[in-house]
This record gives sequence, C-alpha cells and structure tokens, in this order.
Amino acid sequence: MNIYEQAGRNQRWSLVLITIFILFFLFIGIGLDHYYGAGLGVPFFTVIAFLVAVISSYSGYLYGDKLILSSTHARELDLNDPKQKQWQNVVEEISIAAGIPLPKTYIIDDPDPNAFATGRSPKNSSLVVTRGLLDTLARDELQAVAAHEMSHIRNFDIRLMLVVAVLVGSVALVCDWASRGLFFRDNRRSDRRGESSVTLIILMTWLITVVLAPVLSQLMAMFVSRQREYLADASGAELTRNPLALAKALKKISSRVGPTRSINQGTAHLCISDPKGELAGAKEGWLADLFATHPPIKKRIQVLEEMAYLK
Amino acid sequence: MFGWIILALAVLLILWLIATYNGLILLKNQSLNGWKQIDIQLKRRHDLIPNLVETVKGAMNFEQTTLTKVIEARNKAIAAQGIADKAEQENILTGALRQLFALVENYPNLKSNENVSRLQEELSSTENRIGFARQFYNDIATKFNTAQQTFPTNLAVNAFGFKPADLFEILDASEKEVPKVDLSLK
Repeated sequence: MNIYEQAGRNQRWSLVLITIFILFFLFIGIGLDHYYGAGLGVPFFTVIAFLVAVISSYSGYLYGDKLILSSTHARELDLNDPKQKQWQNVVEEISIAAGIPLPKTYIIDDPDPNAFATGRSPKNSSLVVTRGLLDTLARDELQAVAAHEMSHIRNFDIRLMLVVAVLVGSVALVCDWASRGLFFRDNRRSDRRGESSVTLIILMTWLITVVLAPVLSQLMAMFVSRQREYLADASGAELTRNPLALAKALKKISSRVGPTRSINQGTAHLCISDPKGELAGAKEGWLADLFATHPPIKKRIQVLEEMAYLK
Repeated sequence: MFGWIILALAVLLILWLIATYNGLILLKNQSLNGWKQIDIQLKRRHDLIPNLVETVKGAMNFEQTTLTKVIEARNKAIAAQGIADKAEQENILTGALRQLFALVENYPNLKSNENVSRLQEELSSTENRIGFARQFYNDIATKFNTAQQTFPTNLAVNAFGFKPADLFEILDASEKEVPKVDLSLK
C-alpha cells in the first residue's frame, strides 16, 4: 500500500469512526431515556447525547490540536539557540523532501527524548519535540525522526489520531455520566416486572456497553496507532533514503527509559515512542502488544535494519 | 444501431483524451514546481556563500586559492543557463564547498567560532535541501515520463506535444566514481 492510498484510507476511516461514535452516543442516550425519560414526553437524553457527540467531535476536530499543544506546555522554537535552529532546518529539509507545506514547530522542556505531530491536515499541522530529543540525537537521526513524523502528517494519520483522541475522551466522559446515573435509578419505575425478555436483553447490552466502552475505545485507539507506526517508519525512511538513521535514533530513544512526564496518556498514540517509558519496547507478546500504543521498538529497529540489507 | 455504437466510442475516446491530457498537465506542473523548488534552494546557497567567505577570510589567509575557487564556482553557477549546464556548475560548486569545509577542520579557532558553525549549519542544511528538492523533482519527473511512455498514453503524447522532463543527474566525474576499497592490511 503506498502513501496516497493510505492517506485516502485514513480520511475514510476518520469519517467511519465519527459515525460509529455518534451512533454509540445515540444508543447511550436512548438507553437513558428508556430509564428516566418516560415522564418527560421528549427523548431528552437522546437529544443531549447526540448534541454532545456532534459538538465534541466537531470542536475536537477544529481545536483538538491546540488543546494538545497547550496541555503539553509546548512553546514555539527559539531560533537563536543553535540546536533549535538546527531542528527548524531539519524540519524544513524534510518538508521539501515530502513535498508538503512546512508544519508549525514547537518544543517541550522535557529531558526525555520524544516527538509527536498533530493537526487535521498537512496544511494545518504541528510538529513537537522535547528538549531531550534535540540534546540526545545527532543531525541525521533528527532528520529520521522528522521524516517519521512528517509521514504521519502526509498520511493524514494526524487527523485520524486527533479524532480518536477526542472521541476516546468523550466516550469516557459520557459512560462515566451514564453509569453514575444507574445508581440513582428512580424507584417510581421499579414496577416494570412485566418487561419482555427482548427488552431485558437490550437493557443488558446497554449496560455492558456503558461499562466496556471506555476500555474498548482505548484498545481501539492503541490498535489504530500501532498499525500506523511501521508505515510511518517505512515511508520516513523512504524520504531520507536512510533507514539506519531512524534505527539508531530509536535505539537511543529506547535506551533512555524514563517517562516523558509532560506528555500524558491521552496523547501517547501520537508520539514516536511510548511516553510511558518502561513500556517502550521492553515487553513483547500479544498481551503487551494489545495494551501498547506502539509496536515493540526492537521489532521496529529490526524491520529498519532489514530495509538497509543489514540482516 | 451501428451509428450509435460509433458515437458512443467517439465519446469514450474524447473522454479518455481529456482525462489523459489533464493527468499529464497535472504531472507536468508538479515537475515544473519541483524544479522551481531546486532553484529556490540553489539561490539560498548562492546567497550564503559571500557571508561564509567573508567570515573565514581573515583566519584562512593561506588558503586564498580555495576561497577564490569557491567564489568563482559560485559566480559560474549563477550565470549557468539550461538544466545540464546548471547541474554541472552546481556540482563543481558543491565540490569546492566541500573542500573549503575540509580545510576549516585545520583551523581550531575557526571551528570554535560561533558564526562559522552557524554558517556551516546553514550551508549543510542548504545542501540537504538541494538534495531533497532534487529527489522530489526526480521522483515527480520520473512519474511524468513514465506516464508519457506507457501504453496507451504514449499514442496521444505526440499529438499533445509533451516532451519528457530532464532528470537532475550527477554529472561531476568525482561524484560518479565508485569509492575504492583498500583491503590491504596496514
């Protein structure tokens, strides 16, 4: 699959996900109306849930990147600092190689090496690095990291990831809200012993959905993110024509196992390596894979070295 | 009935011609744009060189010939016309700059000079930009050429008057040379 097909697929997936989430919110709302709504005469909760879904996905799409930038305390580069000027140069070089507009560049004062990209399209994107990354990596390795992130931008991975981040957040919120409601269930309506078994099954499904949705949406976010890392590694290497530089960079990043404190779990799937630190590639196996936003770093390095015909 | 089939075929043919023509125009403009990107980066390099020479001149009195060579190569590169000539002159300039930076290594006070290291970073970034702009141009131009040469588009190309785009190749003999590997144990 080439990068243009991937870009098209990512844009379609973004739409599909939004649709699923809106339907999911409707389902939650209908369930709440079934519990409480009968006295009101209007599907009060359904309308609320639908509005929450539409407003949160739309505003997330528009302002999610700014929210993420401010939550990580990212600030603009200081071009008088030679290291930051070098990074700015590297990003400009890679944007020429990728043939996309120059993303806005930001830095986070964190000693742990990491980087991420966000935004909704190549025309509207931001690239963030930590101070630690600039201090740890050599020029060609910085280039490799920039190329990896630029591929996420060019692929529209950033849009999909932004949508996922916003939706996972609002699912957690709404499910929390809905399950709290269950404990305050109105006793007026406890005289419904005659309910058919079909209604009961629907009710059970609704309950299970409310309980499981936050976990499932997290798992889905991780799956979506893992899938995209190998492709970004590969197309990044295609831009620099130097897969070994990225392998070297990943080795250096993974040897610094400290967590990136300024990046919280909500943004983890955007980063070049898992900001949780200890998880960065140490564990393997399907269970560790299931709960990781990134494939094991060892495997990524191996794939890159194979690209350079080293193995 | 027969007339309708002919008409349908003619309409299909015209639609195909329109699609082919537009596709080729898109690629042609993309490769022209790619070429302009190279030009922009080359100009950036030409603008940086006088600064560099000015900064290192004092400390490198003994290397006057190298400095003159760089300036000369720069002026020739600016004056060059046409893709092939331009590519050749730019490659000579690259060689001259590389020589200059190799010499800078011999002057510790230059190496530690902040202005020099800043200029060095700017120039190596410019070299990379030129490299990446060429890579991007060559990729697009290759796509354009392949589109022109593959069947059935090649049948329409002559009628439209498209010509294959020149690729930016390495013309400098020293860069083409295969590096010699010395296996004797010293």
